[in-house]
Amino acid sequence: MAILSIEHLSKEFYIHNAQKRIRSCQDITLRLQEGEFIGIVGLSGAGKSTILKCIHRTYLATTGSIVYDSLAFGPIDLTQATEREILYLRRNEIGYVSQFLHVMPRTTAKEHVMNALLELGTDSAEAEARAEEMLRYFRLPENLWSLYPNTFSGGERLRLNLAHTMVKQPRLMLLDEPTASLDNKTKVLVKDMLMQLKEKGKSMVGIFHDLEFMDGLCDKVFNISEGTLQ
Amino acid sequence: MQMRLQETPVLSVQHLTVRYGEGCPHCLAGGKLEKNRCPKCGTVYAANDISLDVYPGEVLGIVGESGSGKSTLMQSLYFDLEPTAGQAFLQNFHEGKKSIWEASAAEKRHIKNTLMGMVYQNPIRGLRMDYSAAGNIAEKIIAAGSRNAGQMTERAKELLSAVEILTSRMSEAPRNFSGGMQQRVQISKALANNPSLLLLDEVTTGLDLSVQARVLDLIRKIRARYGISILLVSHDLAVIRMLADRTVVMLDGRIIEKGLTDQILEDPQQAYTQQLVYSLL
Repeated sequence: MAILSIEHLSKEFYIHNAQKRIRSCQDITLRLQEGEFIGIVGLSGAGKSTILKCIHRTYLATTGSIVYDSLAFGPIDLTQATEREILYLRRNEIGYVSQFLHVMPRTTAKEHVMNALLELGTDSAEAEARAEEMLRYFRLPENLWSLYPNTFSGGERLRLNLAHTMVKQPRLMLLDEPTASLDNKTKVLVKDMLMQLKEKGKSMVGIFHDLEFMDGLCDKVFNISEGTLQ
Repeated sequence: MQMRLQETPVLSVQHLTVRYGEGCPHCLAGGKLEKNRCPKCGTVYAANDISLDVYPGEVLGIVGESGSGKSTLMQSLYFDLEPTAGQAFLQNFHEGKKSIWEASAAEKRHIKNTLMGMVYQNPIRGLRMDYSAAGNIAEKIIAAGSRNAGQMTERAKELLSAVEILTSRMSEAPRNFSGGMQQRVQISKALANNPSLLLLDEVTTGLDLSVQARVLDLIRKIRARYGISILLVSHDLAVIRMLADRTVVMLDGRIIEKGLTDQILEDPQQAYTQQLVYSLL
């Protein structure tokens, strides 16, 4: 059984004050096998991010189903699961990285990464060690660890985001342009980390604007405009 | 074979209605209201058929404008006003089988002192301004039945440190404290007897931004440290975004929308919620 089966997914937004219906992705059908990495490509505005956000339930799907084969629950339709079930899956099985960063006020970079583990019940000494290891891996300068990330550059924020998600080694990763504002050196690190996770049997759906980055990383490429998997 | 998440809510509110007025055949039968008011008889529905669950260790946010019924819900839960209809079950009160609104006067005191903690927007409602900070906490501990002065002092020290109030100021009266400090003392008082549920009613409203950030940060730490469940009422979506796992949107005494907080913020469904989200700074 596939780890993720998307069937006929469509998403429309209705904007009340403009009385407008906006169509995003239409009739998407996509299957991801366990251990597989799929890259989504397509023109901007085609609804690439929408697919990821529907899987993560940040968006409510308008029609269709997204069945995830969970360790805890077995096959579960993410469009129908309860809010608490989604929260459980986000904590334990599904990781999402975007270009944007939301952190609590007065939370340092290191605490932000540690919190991902603490909420799983990891003890604080271990959480700290693993957080440091991850921040070091993504080359976030050590003098930034004890700072609040509000002042970080785009690339620093992204690395912090990656560290926050990757420290948990999620079973299914949703990556929304995780290399958008990174220099080449850091991109290589991100790719290496993803390759390591792939070897560990993790699965991924990602959006990358950089075809070279996907080379050797993604097993298949899904072209959203054509609705095909290649 | 699909399994579901098995959890028992810490608090389950079912069909809460608070009505001001007798009602008439139109509104009692569920006829259309003008906002929260019956057009035929003028009866006001401050809370109208509200149901929600709060699960262990989560923060449930409640957002809505003034008059939406947020505070009516909180006041009903803390017995500050009497609901017209509905039930509310606390998991650690009669194993969740008896509605707290059917509790005896003694049981209600027990619920307020040990099972729930309440923090009001205005600290005057939650604190005795002329007692000392430690005295405020002691009062709460005594109400729960303890008489050991030494233990009380220790507990007051522990709680005040947890909310970052210097223990050297514990014998001062909160009236000498700044608004943010008063709010922190109020939080420590609410935590005095280790309640399983904390009710926070607009606790950062009226505080300036840096003080607000400090109180929010404190709430986050308290949640992590004590694993307490929190019902958080705010008209401020930024506060909700920072703290709430799930969010309920209220308008005119009703729940009009509920969902994961990021979903409410990024994909709001109702016209009112969209308006609210698009106004977020």
